[in-house]
Amino acid sequence: MHVQVKNISLSIQQKPILKDVSLEIESGQSLALVGPNGSGKSTLLRVIAGLLKPDCGQVIVDDNEVGNLSPRKLAQRLGFVSQDASTTDAIAVYDAVKLGRTPWLSLMSPFGSKDKKIVENAMCEMAISGYASQQFNTLSGGERQRVHIARVLAQTPQIFLLDEPTNHLDIHHQIAIIDWVARQSTTVALALHDLNHAFVCDRVAVLNKGQLVAYGEPKAVLVSDVIDPVFHVATHQTTTTHFDHPILTFAKSYRDQ
Amino acid sequence: MIENTIGGLKPAVSILISLVILMGALGAALVIGETPIPLYTIWNVLKIEAGYPAPEVNPIDHGILWSYRLPRAIIAMACGVSLALSGVVLQALLRNPLSDPYILGLSAGASTGAVAVAILGFGAGMLSLSGGAFIGALLAFGFVAWLARLSKGNSPGATSSLALLLAGVAGAQLFHALTALIIAKSADANQARGIMFWMMGNLSGSRWPDVYLAVPIAMIGAVIIYLHSRALDAMTFGREAAQSMGIRTSWVMTILIGTAALLTAVMVSLTGAIGFVGLVVPHAMRFLVGVRHVLLIPATALAGGVFLIIADIIARTLIPGQSLPIGVVTALVGAPAFAIILVRSSRARTS
Repeated sequence: MHVQVKNISLSIQQKPILKDVSLEIESGQSLALVGPNGSGKSTLLRVIAGLLKPDCGQVIVDDNEVGNLSPRKLAQRLGFVSQDASTTDAIAVYDAVKLGRTPWLSLMSPFGSKDKKIVENAMCEMAISGYASQQFNTLSGGERQRVHIARVLAQTPQIFLLDEPTNHLDIHHQIAIIDWVARQSTTVALALHDLNHAFVCDRVAVLNKGQLVAYGEPKAVLVSDVIDPVFHVATHQTTTTHFDHPILTFAKSYRDQ
Repeated sequence: MIENTIGGLKPAVSILISLVILMGALGAALVIGETPIPLYTIWNVLKIEAGYPAPEVNPIDHGILWSYRLPRAIIAMACGVSLALSGVVLQALLRNPLSDPYILGLSAGASTGAVAVAILGFGAGMLSLSGGAFIGALLAFGFVAWLARLSKGNSPGATSSLALLLAGVAGAQLFHALTALIIAKSADANQARGIMFWMMGNLSGSRWPDVYLAVPIAMIGAVIIYLHSRALDAMTFGREAAQSMGIRTSWVMTILIGTAALLTAVMVSLTGAIGFVGLVVPHAMRFLVGVRHVLLIPATALAGGVFLIIADIIARTLIPGQSLPIGVVTALVGAPAFAIILVRSSRARTS
């Protein structure tokens, strides 16, 4: 599915969060949203997901404007994973993943064998089948994140929107999730803090104070000229034979002082 | 455990067992009392009332049974169903295990509304009494939600358990004070005594006309809530997650909080504020059938009905010759349960 973000602006409590942001995600491509804390990454993802209504501008998914689709139709197309969604309920992992089928079920079409298969496949893909009957609250952060992604997989959307999916995870689990993103043939947009992870994506968008300051292929965007003024750091590129992209390392910048 | 079994039983078997338990509780409520009435007399009275030929029954027994115990037991059941379901709904929507119509001040608001109608006039028929209670409950909920939100400030995430509880305490106190003010200003001594007794939760005034209001309301409320079981499940990971799964969260919250307020209001206008039912019963049922609302809602409805029927039997018989307010019995069970849930939920948060 093809996503067009056109001139999105949004203020929350009179504070501008997004200012005239436009970008495109081609069908099957992955987009990394990067930027400092408070730059509007999460908000932009929520606008694309239809969870927040922009003050002006539109999000178009294929030929439909997101604002015109019913929540159910939207959920059948777009799957959204927020940062660290928690619960106090003693819900089993299987039941948590099963929630992903919600937009496809109704009184007339209850949970059936096809849905069961989809849920089991999603759990298999995220390697959590072994935890099916375990309680969600007893899992580690990395396992919980995989449950959430499995839940959204069970939603069978055509676009995945992930808000900082690697937050609070150890390196092993971070790599597992980034690797999953790299393998996706579905359209994906994700907010990231680790700029080196963004190299696996087809496109990178850099946000700063609600504005899109750079957008393009990772190797073109993730360079010191773009990053240094946005993050106030000094970026150094290292090339190694282990990766097909440069490795970025960062140091304190003395330029602004 | 994943498939549709309840403690290893098939749903049909569970439903059958539940109905037997409910019938047993109803039967016990009819048999037990200051004048014990044997089962065959009950059977004969039911037959006579249904228009079938039956042996003659002592008219006093007939009167006690038909005019007092039966409507009272049915009201207890309807009230238990309604309050327990209100608890399930509030806990799921507010994502707070300590939510309950009594703790969040809905019952206090409903009392104020009902007392205002009863004393200040507006033709205190049963419907306008319930109407006043409904408005009172909504106002109280609005106040508590506003206060909890205010204390949260701009920090993201769900309102904390503590903020909501404190707002509930403040709301309940405010509406209790308003009720007291209305009584002090406008009620005569007799009215005041009656109202104070009613406010503690009392089923002794239950008659058939009350049944005709309570039962349909409880049934309609239960159906509305059951039809939203999938939406309530989707709220497990919060409102935003539910929205991203295609739930119209604002609509669902309006309908369901309105339903919970209506259920609470009608029951409070009939029986006064009975506490802790909405807290104890859903939590006990989560242990038994799990957290999925498709099972939790029917289980809670049934257990709520049975719980209040039994609580009422205890209230009538604990002290011979004296009927305790039923609210005293539910509080004696509920307060320790509240403490346990509070400790468990704060442990779950810190672990």
